[in-house]
Amino acid sequence: MFGKLSLSAIPLSQPIPLITSFIVILIALYVLVLITVKGWWPYLWREWITSVDHKRIGVMYCLLGVVMLIRGFADAIMMRTQQAVAINAPGYLPPDHYNQIFTAHGTIMILFGAMPLVLGFMNFLVPLQLGVRDVAFPTFNSVGFWLTASGALLVNVSLFIGEFARTGWLPYPPLSETTYTPGVGVDYYLWAVQISGAGTLITGINIVTTVLKMRCRGMSYLRMPVFCWTALASCMLIVAAFPILTATLAMLTLDRYVGWHYFTNTAGGNPMMFVNLVWAWGHPEVYILVLPVFGIFSEIFSTFSGKPLFGYRSMVAATLFICIVSMLVWLHHFFTMGAGAAVNTFFGISSSIIAVGTGVKIYNWIFTMYGGRVRFEAPMLWSMGFIFTFVIGGLTGVLLAIPPADFLTHNSMFLVAHFHNVIIGGVVFGLFAGVEFWFPKAFGFRLHEGWGKAAFWFAFIGFWVTFTPLYVLGLLGMTRRLQHINVPEWRPWLYMSVVGVGILVLGVISQVTQLVVSIRNRERLRDVTGDPWDGRSLEWATPSPPPFFNFAVMPNVEGEEAYWGIKLRAIESQQLSPEPTYEPIEMPVNSPVGFYTAFFASVFGFAMIWYIWWLAAVALVAAFAGFVIFAWRDVHEIEVPAEQVAQVDRDRRAAREALLARISRQGALS
Amino acid sequence: MGHPPIPKGAFGRACRGSIPGIMSLGLASCAGGVLDPLGPVGAGDATILIDATAVMLAIVVPTILLAFWMAWRYRASNTRAEYLPYWSYSGRIEAIVWSIPILTIMFIGGLIWIGSYQLDPFRRLPSQTPPVEVQVISLDWKWLFIYPQQGIAAVNELVMPAGTPVHFAITSASVFNVFFVPRLGSMIYAMPGMVSQLNLQADKPGQLWGTSAQFSGDGFSDMQFQVRSVPPAEFGTWAARVRDSGGPVLDEAAYATLMRQTQRVPPSTYRAIDPQLFQAVAAQKIAPAPGPEPETPEHAGREVSTGGKD
Amino acid sequence: MSDVGLPASVEALRRVREDPHRLGHRAHGPTEPIEGAGHGATGPAHKRIVVGYGFWIYLLSDIVLFSCFFAAFAVQRGATAGGPTLAQIVDIRRVGFETAALLLSSYTCMLSFAATNARNRLWTEIFLLVTGLLGLVFVLLELQEFIELAGQGITPQRSGMLTSFFGLVGLHGLHVTAGGLWLATMMAQVLVKGFRPEIVHRLICFNLFWHALDIVWIGIFTIVYLMGINA
Repeated sequence: MFGKLSLSAIPLSQPIPLITSFIVILIALYVLVLITVKGWWPYLWREWITSVDHKRIGVMYCLLGVVMLIRGFADAIMMRTQQAVAINAPGYLPPDHYNQIFTAHGTIMILFGAMPLVLGFMNFLVPLQLGVRDVAFPTFNSVGFWLTASGALLVNVSLFIGEFARTGWLPYPPLSETTYTPGVGVDYYLWAVQISGAGTLITGINIVTTVLKMRCRGMSYLRMPVFCWTALASCMLIVAAFPILTATLAMLTLDRYVGWHYFTNTAGGNPMMFVNLVWAWGHPEVYILVLPVFGIFSEIFSTFSGKPLFGYRSMVAATLFICIVSMLVWLHHFFTMGAGAAVNTFFGISSSIIAVGTGVKIYNWIFTMYGGRVRFEAPMLWSMGFIFTFVIGGLTGVLLAIPPADFLTHNSMFLVAHFHNVIIGGVVFGLFAGVEFWFPKAFGFRLHEGWGKAAFWFAFIGFWVTFTPLYVLGLLGMTRRLQHINVPEWRPWLYMSVVGVGILVLGVISQVTQLVVSIRNRERLRDVTGDPWDGRSLEWATPSPPPFFNFAVMPNVEGEEAYWGIKLRAIESQQLSPEPTYEPIEMPVNSPVGFYTAFFASVFGFAMIWYIWWLAAVALVAAFAGFVIFAWRDVHEIEVPAEQVAQVDRDRRAAREALLARISRQGALS
Repeated sequence: MGHPPIPKGAFGRACRGSIPGIMSLGLASCAGGVLDPLGPVGAGDATILIDATAVMLAIVVPTILLAFWMAWRYRASNTRAEYLPYWSYSGRIEAIVWSIPILTIMFIGGLIWIGSYQLDPFRRLPSQTPPVEVQVISLDWKWLFIYPQQGIAAVNELVMPAGTPVHFAITSASVFNVFFVPRLGSMIYAMPGMVSQLNLQADKPGQLWGTSAQFSGDGFSDMQFQVRSVPPAEFGTWAARVRDSGGPVLDEAAYATLMRQTQRVPPSTYRAIDPQLFQAVAAQKIAPAPGPEPETPEHAGREVSTGGKD
Repeated sequence: MSDVGLPASVEALRRVREDPHRLGHRAHGPTEPIEGAGHGATGPAHKRIVVGYGFWIYLLSDIVLFSCFFAAFAVQRGATAGGPTLAQIVDIRRVGFETAALLLSSYTCMLSFAATNARNRLWTEIFLLVTGLLGLVFVLLELQEFIELAGQGITPQRSGMLTSFFGLVGLHGLHVTAGGLWLATMMAQVLVKGFRPEIVHRLICFNLFWHALDIVWIGIFTIVYLMGINA
């Protein structure tokens, strides 16, 4: 009746997951009760849960990502402290628990922390920057978000019902086959990642179609902001790479559930095939993460230098170059698998070639600052920290791309330090820079600058103190994923790393404090103009936060940096462009189909994990029924009357006139 | 807007200054790691690593310095610097900007090409002395070393004659592992149903250690093994001592016991071997090792592998 | 230029003089870009184009999915583990019937879309029904093939080759089945709602899907069955 599920699935004899689950459930209950008592459910349902507005969905993605980042960081704290105390000692985390923690850490950080944040940024910004009202498929967008949330839910449920995978974040067979890992852990992983992978693919299709087929009038390809180019490249990679993950995990699922032989080590199964397939996805995945972040930095460097981005066409070329070459490098993740010198040479050279694209970008950012007026608010601090950190991370990456060097450092702490170097120094720094930069646009008030700077310094210093010892440990021969250490000489480095983690904790606390302080002081920090940073692209033409239809009248773009041109004309002529004729706007209606689909996807995933076949069938049927019911709706758009549009836009114009007046009073033009 | 700028340059320089300090501290204690090789393969690998680092640093350090200098010089409060609000293209700079990475990568590419061929694990090491054959089977969670020429075997202990090339044929009884002796250089995967080839050599006698570098389950952290490089005569003596030791024989029954999951296995030896055993394991005529055998299933779906009592 | 209600093919004919090279692209020269076509910088494309384009992108991702299963099949083609080889399980006669059924169903699908363009509900439904029935024939023949093999003990659990064979062919059959469910839903929608724009958009997507499945089947038929006879 309940498949493999029984009361013994709850970890009553394991204090750490038990207490953690208890706390998490308490917090969740508190939040749910608070919402109920305050009567916020109708608002939440109407404005957020069923929203198909790309801005709302983008914010929800980012919120999911931030929460999961914190969970992943908690895992990291446990890992580093365990390794520091378990030197010739068992430590406080037994192997089966420690192995779950590092698996969960990797899975959550990449797939449920960084990916949702990156997807959230793309969702929020791309339509605004392209001057259109929404993405190509708004309702589908909602489905995609909720499927990702469903996957995250499953991962978290594994904390208190059953266990998570113990194989590392990429479950290599034969270890991940039922022979060697019979529990439900790998199944939790498989279903959570499959479901959220479907969600990611949806966003990929959405953004590609939006960028290629939905830009405002006059916005040719070479007039798009660079962030849109990087979003396009990243989403093209999603479309090309995520099906590989779907296929590979499906094959592993079939192996585990019905005893097939894709990757088993008997009867003609081929575990090496898994490694090849999964990294054919895995490498593009990291470029999916980093390309939009490069776009974020392009926007920030140009805005905070007061100049256009240097070498726009080069940047576009470099982006597309990275996009294509990233599909040709996957073997560098397993040079040591003995593919032979010829194959290793090919992939080593192709991996180094990617550095060309990235190098060009770095130099173009540097030359963007040349002749500029560089302001060092928090987003720019993150950007400078990124240049320092990411370039060194790239250096170690090129080292690892040389097969003989990789033969010494594969799977060592050197590798761990390298990929954290580029992911934290690149993706995480970029995401925080982006949050600082676009928060006012999304929420209508700025973030507290002092706490933002503190968060940056703690993160920057903390990162280097945590990971420099790991580079050293890798060169000393320490391999990754060790639950306890048998070499006492490594002690000082492990301790230093824990000190670094402490500094990072201060950074996280600063970041959270910044948010709390900013919310408390939001009236004082209110962004009244919509353009708090002297921005250059179209999102800064809207009020903060933008109305749900983004633009009262879709802009007519006449050059690169559309908004900058509009602003300069207004400042020169000392007046705004004439008031346009307002027309009614058709916007898509909200829809619960996303939430509904994800709800049944979660039930389906949970049922499949625990072998509760009848429940899985019911969930599938219900999901399909939901789709059909949704497809039957007659109303899918509402019309916003011209008067409402006019009113919103007149408020915006009033704020802009005030800004214009202030600039005139200041006298200087720039 | 209008915040006083943080003196980025000064702090940045302080940070950068400390990094070499930390690195030299690290390098000083790098004895025992991959940068302290004992043989030609390790030396070759380490040389490439260090050379490539030097080349890349020659590019990276000026780039970072340029970035911070640029940010410092063109900071908003520096009114002496020229403001060029429309400057965003220069063919000359573009040419340089594309050339630097391209040239660097061409050089690295050459390193990759030559290095990959010269240090290919399959490549036999040039030597006057005939190579010693060692067959390696990775098990859960220990290493089995079979010496077919000497007719003995050892668990978690690898003895090699110094100055002699050793040819390893490596397979796995169960899941992926990686055979890695940091001070000897290149590592390679141990995979079930396949035989990986590795050629290493220790130039001088010494006490080393090896490990598995691919996570393989609960007992993975204890998959280290002792490596002793001894003078060639002593190697022969050691082998003879093992043969006369009166210890167990490595036949299929003994191997079946080895296949069961155990952790923290102390080194031991076998005085005689079944010469077909390695081939049988590699070709999977002997079935792969079984997985976890839980004593009592404590939790549904939580079959915990406790091969060695914790 | 609003093209609501006009089928794509009629419009394409009307615009030929704007596209003398019939490339579907804006001709070089002074011709103005067409608003709503999604080419150039004339603003967002019309919904029909956006929906079709997005579905093409989805189809590309589905092709990548299939190519992984093709790759697995290529790798494991010889991994028979002492069991039956590919040549021993291929029944080319039945596969011939399956192919005929599927190709014919593509033809009737195209006919149904022609009827949709002419806004003829009756013939749309009739040809959709025939398409569905032919698809059903395909799936039933495939099921029959699998059941017969299983009866002889030839199951995917036997060897890597059989796993990847059943996986690839089965994945395609699963897509056809899902397509069949979709087809039934579309028939119901056309019956109840007629040719509203969103229904036509969905029919465009369905047509693309069905033809793509046909193309994938050609690949399977060639690489698995025809090339497998001599395995």
